[in-house]
Amino acid sequence: MIISALREIIERRNLLYMLTWRDIRVKYKESVMGILWAVMMPIVIVCAGMIVKFAFALMSGRPLQLLDVTSVAVKASPYAFIVAAIRFGTSSLITNTDLVTKIYMPRLSFPLAAVGSQLFDFTIAAVVVGIFLAFAHVGVSVHLLWLPLLIVTLVLLGAGLAILLSAATLFLRDVRFVVEALLTVAIFFTPVFYEPSLFGRWAPVLWANPLSPILEGFSSVVIHHQAPSLPWLAYSVVFSLGLFLLSIMRFKQIEPLFAESI
Amino acid sequence: MNDYALEVEAVSKRFNRGERNTSLRDSVPALARRLLGRAPVEAARQKAFWALDDVSFQVKRGEAFGIIGGNGAGKSTILKLLTGIMQPTKGRIRTRGRVSALIEVGAGFHRDLTGRENVFMNGAILGLTRQEIQKRFDAIVAFSGLEDFIDTPVKRYSSGMFARLGFSVAAHVDPDVLLVDEVLSVGDYVFQRKCIERMGAVIASGVTIVFVSHNLRELANLCPRSLLLEKGKVQVIGDTEDVIRTYFGRGQQPRVPDSSSGVLITKVTVEDEHGPAVEFASGDKLRVTVEAAGITRHDDMSVVIQIVDDHQYPVFDTCTQRLGAGELTLDQDQTLRCTFEMDCSLAQGTFHVSAFLHRYLTNHPYDRWIAAATFFVSGAPEARGVVTLHPKLTQCEIGPSEGALVEGRRAAHE
Repeated sequence: MIISALREIIERRNLLYMLTWRDIRVKYKESVMGILWAVMMPIVIVCAGMIVKFAFALMSGRPLQLLDVTSVAVKASPYAFIVAAIRFGTSSLITNTDLVTKIYMPRLSFPLAAVGSQLFDFTIAAVVVGIFLAFAHVGVSVHLLWLPLLIVTLVLLGAGLAILLSAATLFLRDVRFVVEALLTVAIFFTPVFYEPSLFGRWAPVLWANPLSPILEGFSSVVIHHQAPSLPWLAYSVVFSLGLFLLSIMRFKQIEPLFAESI
Repeated sequence: MNDYALEVEAVSKRFNRGERNTSLRDSVPALARRLLGRAPVEAARQKAFWALDDVSFQVKRGEAFGIIGGNGAGKSTILKLLTGIMQPTKGRIRTRGRVSALIEVGAGFHRDLTGRENVFMNGAILGLTRQEIQKRFDAIVAFSGLEDFIDTPVKRYSSGMFARLGFSVAAHVDPDVLLVDEVLSVGDYVFQRKCIERMGAVIASGVTIVFVSHNLRELANLCPRSLLLEKGKVQVIGDTEDVIRTYFGRGQQPRVPDSSSGVLITKVTVEDEHGPAVEFASGDKLRVTVEAAGITRHDDMSVVIQIVDDHQYPVFDTCTQRLGAGELTLDQDQTLRCTFEMDCSLAQGTFHVSAFLHRYLTNHPYDRWIAAATFFVSGAPEARGVVTLHPKLTQCEIGPSEGALVEGRRAAHE
């Protein structure tokens, strides 16, 4: 079932490509700043992070370090990506009811395209962050080779959630609001502004958020030039891949009911 | 191996009539009730209804097949099952080759994108690859006649332009099986002709077509074989002309009268010299009888009958007033019966009779019954159109050249 679903997506890759392209095009069309908006969200998060860090520094009497700022900068764009991917993915089916009820096509394309268009934003933001890090003399190391795995895990996690939530929203409209509420508070339960180690023996609670090992991984390999925490990263990879496959399976199971239940 | 493009085997489709729980607020109590036992499941079953009930038919490869039926007969449900948008509750559907639907033209158009961008978008939605769209692009734009507006966002299009572009994309998908639902009524007359010609060309090219339309004349022209569907059940499958005859020959549908009117048309019958009939030959006598009952007293009435063709175009109307009867008076508990006798000088086609009770000298209707009866006219092979003017050929001969004018033309030719 999963294989046939993925094969269908690949056969109809032009559809996925066009939907992604449409989402990007429509978002930035007729906006003065255009794709500069793609960088906005990470910048806002970095600014907020700097304020938080600055406050921490004031309270603890420790001087604000460049490392703190770069770490937040590296974690901000993947975080912004996954939040947006979940948000747009969740509503991707109900905003396309016209197509879902009237024409047959692999509906998996909708949440995937929503994630894809956010991936485009993420790429732009990543380039900007890269330039910033180059100016901050962060340097490079062999550990950067971990990046592809981290990015794939991040995308799988976002796509899995987007697929599952988009279908759930068709049947229960409340899902969208629940997701919105959770995304609002998510920043407190995800190590973007701080490290899990800050919480001492409660750290595993934070690590249990499958997003944490990924974000910490980014920070480790880019800023600290270290390998990521392997057990936790393995947990994250298994979780994300498992969620992705299960989501596709569940999605395909209930897909025949889509047209009737909208 | 058989040669069917579509096979529908004992397909049934059930829908829930009631509203489903689409928010947590509703579904939590429903779930609780279900956990506590009984009621809801039973209630849901009662609310269910069968949109399709044991429908079977086959369409051969390259055949044009029509589906006829009134509103709510289940025509669109069949098409949705055939495209795979929905799954049948029972039974099986087999399709061979790429199935494409001309159902909702322009679905998936995005208002902010230009016509060009939407062509590519819509093509992808309908299953074309980028190269395939590129190859067809010029033909699509030329067909729509929107060359000058192709780089304009479609939100600035008129609704006609929108639909034309949508149809053009959909008509160029070149599927193996094409499902067409009431979309040929898009755009102006010229564009409609173009659409129908395109359909003819598609059929000629060997594509299998399933055609759903209320325009029975077009349907009969395009599809030799049809299915009549009524309340989800197959009534008859066969020659389209016969199916249409069955469709209209079932007699009058019971009518829900407007309770506020003080007079009521109770019956409208179409007869030939021998009694009630649905088929007429051009030139026959045609009698239309209107019966009415009085509920309150009316003393200023006239009875009007109108004949419209398949396109709702009014072909003919007449009334008691114009035929010399004065104001008709109908007291309560009285009945009225009047028969109009006409020469059926109509050309071949399907016609509907509507009856009206008007206030004398005005068009204020006390009661009306639109399309109360339907009849067919056959014969008059010499005529095309709605009526026959009984043409006779009185001269048709070949003579000598007309001289100077023809000489000049011939010179120009050479």
